Amino acid sequence: MREFVEGSHAIAQIIKACQPGVISAYPITPQTHIVEDLAQLVANGELKAQFVNVESEHSAASVVLGASAAGVRVYTATSSQGLFYMQEVVFNIAGMRLPVVMTCANRAISAPINIWNDQQDSISLRDAGWFQIYAEDNQEAVDFHLIGYRLAEDKRVMLPVMICMDGFILTHGMETVDLPEQDKVNKFLPNYNPLYKLDPAQPISMGLLADPDYYLEARFAIQETLKASLGYLSEISGEFNTVFGRDYQDLLVEEYQVKDADKVIVAMGSVCGTIKEVVDQQRAKGKKIGLLRIITYRPFPYARVYAALKDVPRVAVLDKAVSLGAYAPIAVDMKAAFYGKKKGPKVISSFVAGLGGRDITLESIHEVFRRLTAKEVNSDFIDLKPELLKEEYGK
Amino acid sequence: MFGPLTVKPSESKGDKTGSWRTQLRPHYLHKDCIACRMCLMICPEGCVHGKEKNAFWADYNFCKGCGVCADICPKKDIAMITEESQGEDK
Repeated sequence: MREFVEGSHAIAQIIKACQPGVISAYPITPQTHIVEDLAQLVANGELKAQFVNVESEHSAASVVLGASAAGVRVYTATSSQGLFYMQEVVFNIAGMRLPVVMTCANRAISAPINIWNDQQDSISLRDAGWFQIYAEDNQEAVDFHLIGYRLAEDKRVMLPVMICMDGFILTHGMETVDLPEQDKVNKFLPNYNPLYKLDPAQPISMGLLADPDYYLEARFAIQETLKASLGYLSEISGEFNTVFGRDYQDLLVEEYQVKDADKVIVAMGSVCGTIKEVVDQQRAKGKKIGLLRIITYRPFPYARVYAALKDVPRVAVLDKAVSLGAYAPIAVDMKAAFYGKKKGPKVISSFVAGLGGRDITLESIHEVFRRLTAKEVNSDFIDLKPELLKEEYGK
Repeated sequence: MFGPLTVKPSESKGDKTGSWRTQLRPHYLHKDCIACRMCLMICPEGCVHGKEKNAFWADYNFCKGCGVCADICPKKDIAMITEESQGEDK
């Protein structure tokens, strides 16, 4: 059913359709509208779930961890500082192999305090053992949650999924979204049937002490499962297409005008809409440029990226996050994908843009293409205001 | 793929020391033992067994290698030896 809705509202609707038994969240901008809507749906009796109000994100994550361990489908959502406050529980959820699905409404990290969009929050938790899937628009954000539950609860996987959607740009953006009908959702997403759960009748313990004789294997198993999951994503995406008629192909990357391109931008999330606009404009003028959009950032699709870009001479990687004091996060993975290989781009330059909600405009993207020359650059900031760098202290 | 994930409830006897014992383990010399039982009484793991003179032994499945048995023995009849040394089966 196609509706013109706010992104957050659409997410609440798809979560309702997925019928989690327990929802717990603590409000934080720009995630708030999602959980406000869900609280309303539960209060109205439209969604038969327990909505657990908590005093912090650490507790929200702990509640969904516990509920998931008890064998019920769960949901939570957060942003920025809230995600950081959840951090130790986030790692625990993956370590205990619990199929939690979380929305991260991407937002900048303090300090300075900033409520606007970039992707520093989720990218900083890339090593947690969660899937990280980034939506370009609200239709994708909706569909990825549904796919997320299917993936997380897959018996071969049993790992948590973080659906990342750019704060405000998507969460508060109004778009036409085809909201999946309940009967189709039921067809695609069967009831959750846990492999292991906390049950007084058959007691087990989870997340116990694993001394040096055991710990390494627990981590290895997650690593291998995530690597194998690159293939499951494509399989689940195919089944999604059969039921809903929307084709996300292998769900790893999207190639937009990449085939014959001599310059390609690599990016992630909503900024790809802007980049596609630039690509279309420049293609109309005969310029061979393209976009490679990373959809699944963890596990990182190295082989898929290699196949897509091995014959492209120049690549620009656009990060909406930084690893302060080092190369930008996506750029590092991109360079790693080609290191030691026979083929690959001559230049992989890395650019940082849009931190703390600074608009990435069509002009910003043109600037990236202009700076993508034969000379490789790293973590080159776009749209920097030099006049703001003149404050002097300590004199 | 799954690694160590869940544990069923059981007795603490299931929790063996594994590979993390200290570099030393007690070696009962069985020469001057007077069966005073001091080593058995002081062992924090309760893993020393025996009744008769020169017949006490430590269960290495649970011994952590703390060495208090050797320290308290009035006859110095327990030696702390390295894991690599010969002696009772580890």
